[in-house]
Amino acid sequence: MAVGSASWSFTEEDFNAITATLQRFLGETNARCALLVDRSGQLIATVGEQPTFDPTAFATLTAADFSANDQLAKLIGESDFNSLFHQGEKESMYLADIARRVILVALFDNRTTLGLVRLKIKDTVLELTKLFHDVFTRGKSAASKPGLLSGADDEIDQLFG
Amino acid sequence: MSMINYASREINCKIVYYGPGLGGKTTNLEHVYGKVKPDTRGKLISLATETERTLFFDFLPVDLGTIRGFKTRFHLYTVPGQVYYNASRKLILKGVDGIVFVADSQVERMEANLEAMQNLYDNMAEYGYDLTKMPFVIQYNKRDLPNAAPLAELQQSLNPGWEVTDTARQKVTADQFHPGENIIEQLPTGEWVEHATYFEAVAVTGDGVFDTLKAVSKLVLKTLA
Repeated sequence: MAVGSASWSFTEEDFNAITATLQRFLGETNARCALLVDRSGQLIATVGEQPTFDPTAFATLTAADFSANDQLAKLIGESDFNSLFHQGEKESMYLADIARRVILVALFDNRTTLGLVRLKIKDTVLELTKLFHDVFTRGKSAASKPGLLSGADDEIDQLFG
Repeated sequence: MSMINYASREINCKIVYYGPGLGGKTTNLEHVYGKVKPDTRGKLISLATETERTLFFDFLPVDLGTIRGFKTRFHLYTVPGQVYYNASRKLILKGVDGIVFVADSQVERMEANLEAMQNLYDNMAEYGYDLTKMPFVIQYNKRDLPNAAPLAELQQSLNPGWEVTDTARQKVTADQFHPGENIIEQLPTGEWVEHATYFEAVAVTGDGVFDTLKAVSKLVLKTLA
């Protein structure tokens, strides 16, 4: 395992638990869609209306947006901004930090209000923080175990010809 | 930070193309974008200035095949090469799994190459990443130009090697991409050094672009093996 590349993985149960939490959040707020993005720019989950845009590009830009804003926070003497809000004419998005590793993005339109989204997202963030805490702790203890591709050297060689 | 998603059976890895301004990092991505099948890649996202200089990053997701039933998805990023964009350059390194350093072979860009390499080490160190312990490939780009420095000179300046202290790894290891050369070797002084894998390239024509990408991807997957 390379130093600094703290890999993590989640199981189907984790995924189901995450999805259930996000479904509940969408039900309570009437927001259109919730996405979870890892801080390095990878999409973890999408719940609700399937987005019409490219979700991979969206995830990358979200992570960059959050990271850039973190640096802006430091410049003005804050350690970070744990939430961001982008308002559009019809569509808006609310972004919240989870355990400094993951970003929750809620996409919503005028069927709901910013106030309700902001209120309900707090509990969702707490729940997800706990869920991800377990995932990350397990990831650390699993780091010394053989990797997923252990023994797959030949297969990797073949893949690249 | 490779992410394994058992639900969608995907392995996601992040590769960053680093190097001096105007060295050809974006050109590498553009070539990959143009050559791979549209159903195995996503959109090429460029956050660039009006004059096509990278402002924040370029981004291209590509699928390189399936291993053990898992789709291997690589997220390729470039950083802005210009010195004054260091703050945004550093952000892109977050969670990186593999690095490609795109060096500009032109003699007059040697100083810019060295500065970018030092900057890479510094920025990685700030995240607590050790460049010598992760997949790292150097690409000498623009080999077709008449003012390109000799390969040996570039190797000496940019890829002199780092010390191997682990005695188990102190054995001559051949460079699988360059017959007759070694990745790990002992210097006449007795010190063991390891060099980064390197490739010569002409990114505008695509020469060496896929060799570089394949090598770094393979190194990244091997860290999971």
